[in-house]
Amino acid sequence: MTTRGRVALKVVVWAVALAPLAGLLYGFATDNLTVNPIEYVTRELGEATIRLLLATLALTPLRLLGGWSWPITLRRLLGLFAFFYAVLHFSVWIVLDHFFDWHTMGDDILKRPWITVGVAALLLLLPLAATSTTGMIKRLGGRAWRRLHRLVYAAAMLGCLHYIWLAKKVLVQPWVYAGVLALLLGIRAWDAGRKLSRRWTASVYGRNANGEV
Amino acid sequence: MRFRYSDVTPQKLYLSRRELMAGAIALAAVGCDAGTEAGAAAPAPAGAPLKATPNPAYRVQDAPTKFESASTYNNFYEFGVNKEDPAKFGHTLKPRPWHVQVDGLCAKPKTFDIEEVLKVAPLEERIYGLRCVEAWSMVIPWIGYPLSALLKLVEPRPGAKYVEFTTLKDPEQFPGQKPGFFGGGTLDWPYTEGLRLDEAMHPLTLLTLGMYGHVLPNQNGAPVRVVIPWKYGFKSAKSIVRIRLTDTEPKTAWNKAAPSEYGFYSNVNPNVDHPRWSQATERRIGEFRRRPTLMFNGYADQVASLYTGMDLKKNY
Repeated sequence: MTTRGRVALKVVVWAVALAPLAGLLYGFATDNLTVNPIEYVTRELGEATIRLLLATLALTPLRLLGGWSWPITLRRLLGLFAFFYAVLHFSVWIVLDHFFDWHTMGDDILKRPWITVGVAALLLLLPLAATSTTGMIKRLGGRAWRRLHRLVYAAAMLGCLHYIWLAKKVLVQPWVYAGVLALLLGIRAWDAGRKLSRRWTASVYGRNANGEV
Repeated sequence: MRFRYSDVTPQKLYLSRRELMAGAIALAAVGCDAGTEAGAAAPAPAGAPLKATPNPAYRVQDAPTKFESASTYNNFYEFGVNKEDPAKFGHTLKPRPWHVQVDGLCAKPKTFDIEEVLKVAPLEERIYGLRCVEAWSMVIPWIGYPLSALLKLVEPRPGAKYVEFTTLKDPEQFPGQKPGFFGGGTLDWPYTEGLRLDEAMHPLTLLTLGMYGHVLPNQNGAPVRVVIPWKYGFKSAKSIVRIRLTDTEPKTAWNKAAPSEYGFYSNVNPNVDHPRWSQATERRIGEFRRRPTLMFNGYADQVASLYTGMDLKKNY
C-alpha cells in the first residue's frame, strides 16, 4: 500500500472510530440524549467499545482468509480506540451514574456478575494498552508481547458476557456481537489447528511444511 | 509479507494516554448538565382533555416529570423492547372501540364498554411516584378512580382471593407481539399481571384512564390501565381487556419469563436487590444524582399493614 493510501486509510479509521463520541457530543449540544441521558451515554459508549474490539479482532481473520495483510496495520489504532471507549464507559459509570459512591460501586462489582465481568474485561485491557508502544514491544520481545496480547480474546469474551447478562430480557444485539466474536475466534482456532497438523506432518515425514527434507 | 512493528501505526497517530484521559474528563464534565436539560421543550399532550378533580390526599410533594419524558420513555414490550418503541409505534393501537370483561369469582360478571368504565366513579387526579424495577423513577399526575369501585360493581364472591389483569393480545395493534427473529417472542402474550384481592381493593390502587389532564396516550397503556404506586412499574398492567377474580395466585408475565428476578409481589423495596442490580437507589428522570429508594416507594404508611408477618425477602 502506498504511503498516501495508508494515510487516507488512517484518516477514515479515525473518523469512523470517533463517530460515536461525536454523536454523543452532538446529542448533548442539541439536547438530544434521550430522557435518561446517563443510561443512554453509558450504553452507547459500551456499544462502541465492543464494536471496536471486534473490529480489532477481525484484522487477523482478514489476513488468514483473504490474504490481505494491510488491515493489520490498523490493529493498534483500533485496539487503542476500543480501550479509549472502555475507559469512557467506565468513567461515566463512576462519575455520572454513581458520583464516586465507592461503597455502592464496590458492592456492585462483587455482587453483580455482569458488572464483575465488565470490570474484569477493562482490567485485562489495561496491560495491553500500556504495552502498545513500540518501545514496550521491543522491551518485552515479540514473543512475550504476542502472548500477553492474547488477553484480548478473554477481554472480548467477558465484554460480550457483560452485555448479555445486563439485558432484562434476551436482546438480539448482544448475541449478534457474541456470534461475531465466536466466528472471529473460530477462524483463528481453525488456522492454529491447520498449522499444528502441518507441523505434525512435517515431524512424521521429516520434512517441513514446504516439502523440503 | 513481513512487518516491522513500526509499520503498524505511524508514530504521529498514536493516541497518547494523556489525550485519552483528557477526553474522558471532558465528557464527564459535559455530561453533568445532561440530566437537567433533557426534555426542556414540553409539548402539550396530544390526546383529548379529560376532566378530573385533583385529590390532594394523594399527591406526592415532588414536581411531576415532564409529560414529554413520561410519554417517550416507556417499557411497554407490546410495542417493542426499546424505551422509544412505544412512542414510535403507539399509533398502531386503537383505543376505541374497547371493552373490558370483568368476570371470574363474582356474582355479577359484566363486559363494560370503555365509555361505561369512564363513568363508574368520579374521575380524580392523583400525583403518584412511579418506580421502575430498572431503578429509575418518575412522578406522574394520573386520572382515574379506585379499582375497588369497579370491582364492587361485579360483587366478588367470598372465595375470590386474587385479581388477574390481561392486556390486549393483537399483533396487528401491538407489533411487539409478532413472533421474533428466532421464532420466539419477548414475553408470553398476552401480558398478564395480578394482585391479591386486598391489594386490588386498596384505595391507592387506581384504575387509570388519563394522565396530565388528558386521556392516556397509547404508549402509556390506553385506554385503561391500573396504577399500583407501591409496586414496581411492570405490575401496573396496561391496555386492559379483562379483569378476572380468582381463588389462585395468577401467573404473571415477568414472573414466567424470569421467576428468580420478578416475584408475584414485586413491592418496591430498597432492601431486596434485584439479582442483577441494587434497588437501594433510583434515578429520578430529569435529575442528575441518584436518590435513595423508599420502602413501598414512600407509601409504607398506607400499605405496610397489608404484609404484616410476611417475609418480604422471600415474597419479593
